[in-house]
Amino acid sequence: MRHRQAIALLALVGFCIALYLWMYKVGIIGRLQCGTGSCEYVQTSRYGALFGVPVAFYGMVGYAVIFAVTLAGLQPAFADRRWPTTVVAACAAGGLLFTLYLTYIELFVLHAICRWCVGSAIVITLIAAVAIPPAVRQTHGAESR
Amino acid sequence: MKRFYALLGLVAVVAAVLIWKGSRPQTAALAASDSPRVTVTAADSAFRGFTLGSDSAPVEVVEYADFQCPHCGEFTVVQFPTIRDQLINAGRVRWRFRDFPIGGAFAWSRVSALAAQCAGEQGRFWEMADALYQRQSDWGRNPKNPSGTFHDLARAAGVDAGKYDACMDAQRYAGRLEASHQEGIARGVNGTPTFFINGRLHEFPRGATSDAFQAVVDSLLRKRS
Repeated sequence: MRHRQAIALLALVGFCIALYLWMYKVGIIGRLQCGTGSCEYVQTSRYGALFGVPVAFYGMVGYAVIFAVTLAGLQPAFADRRWPTTVVAACAAGGLLFTLYLTYIELFVLHAICRWCVGSAIVITLIAAVAIPPAVRQTHGAESR
Repeated sequence: MKRFYALLGLVAVVAAVLIWKGSRPQTAALAASDSPRVTVTAADSAFRGFTLGSDSAPVEVVEYADFQCPHCGEFTVVQFPTIRDQLINAGRVRWRFRDFPIGGAFAWSRVSALAAQCAGEQGRFWEMADALYQRQSDWGRNPKNPSGTFHDLARAAGVDAGKYDACMDAQRYAGRLEASHQEGIARGVNGTPTFFINGRLHEFPRGATSDAFQAVVDSLLRKRS
């Protein structure tokens, strides 16, 4: 239960970061607060969108799914169900792989770092670290029975 | 469990406040995009543009360009590196850049030219010009104000961000741009890029390629010798 609460909190933080970047990308926000990073350089590059959709939007959807499924998993009716753990672990693994790709682009193609992207990368890494081990244990437990 | 939901609510409220604060418009940056009414001082008119190459080069090319103009971008990205290597670095040509911000459909003409001037104030004009053209396809077709992108490009070009921001906020070189633009109009410039070679307007009917420049320079130098 504790790990689901932690995941929900992290997913909410991640969603807010992705929402902020998406608002910038679609023009609701004029300028990103980035400190010493190169957020706008990264966000306005051709890698800021995938198939015509801002990358941040994929992040929003991913975090929203993780958040919603985790909240559902916290409800008494679903507390003992396995599927929330499995779905969240799958989303976290996918998100982590996508984040690794984006980080590679930042470091080796654009040679620029967006602090908000780093923040999101940390969040999805933490979610994966919390979500995947219980899913693996659950799978092994099911197999050994 | 109540504490958990309270914590979720707190995170949501804090994030909403931070996003709201971060979304307040940057009035100075927005105003920089179009400011056609500026005072042109004598110093603005006296500025002759940024140059590349030897002062003693026998040929001078003056380019009137707009950083948002796609033809200027294509010329700079594709042709200019060869021109730089074979003509400018070889001491045969001195290149002079003059701003000709077209405006109109090119909403970011002036702000991009200002960004280059503000980088130039710190000795980074050519680095910034190169960066603006290299990334033109990202910001040039984007309706979003690119001031933030220019800020990042300037920093990547080695510019002190604080001084750059102060320069941009004050629109310090708006007068220079206007003077350069008016000068271009007076010389018959009606599109970009336009080139004057040793003071004469030169048209390139088959395209302003590095080979074409090489041929013109060769021809001028043959006449001299």
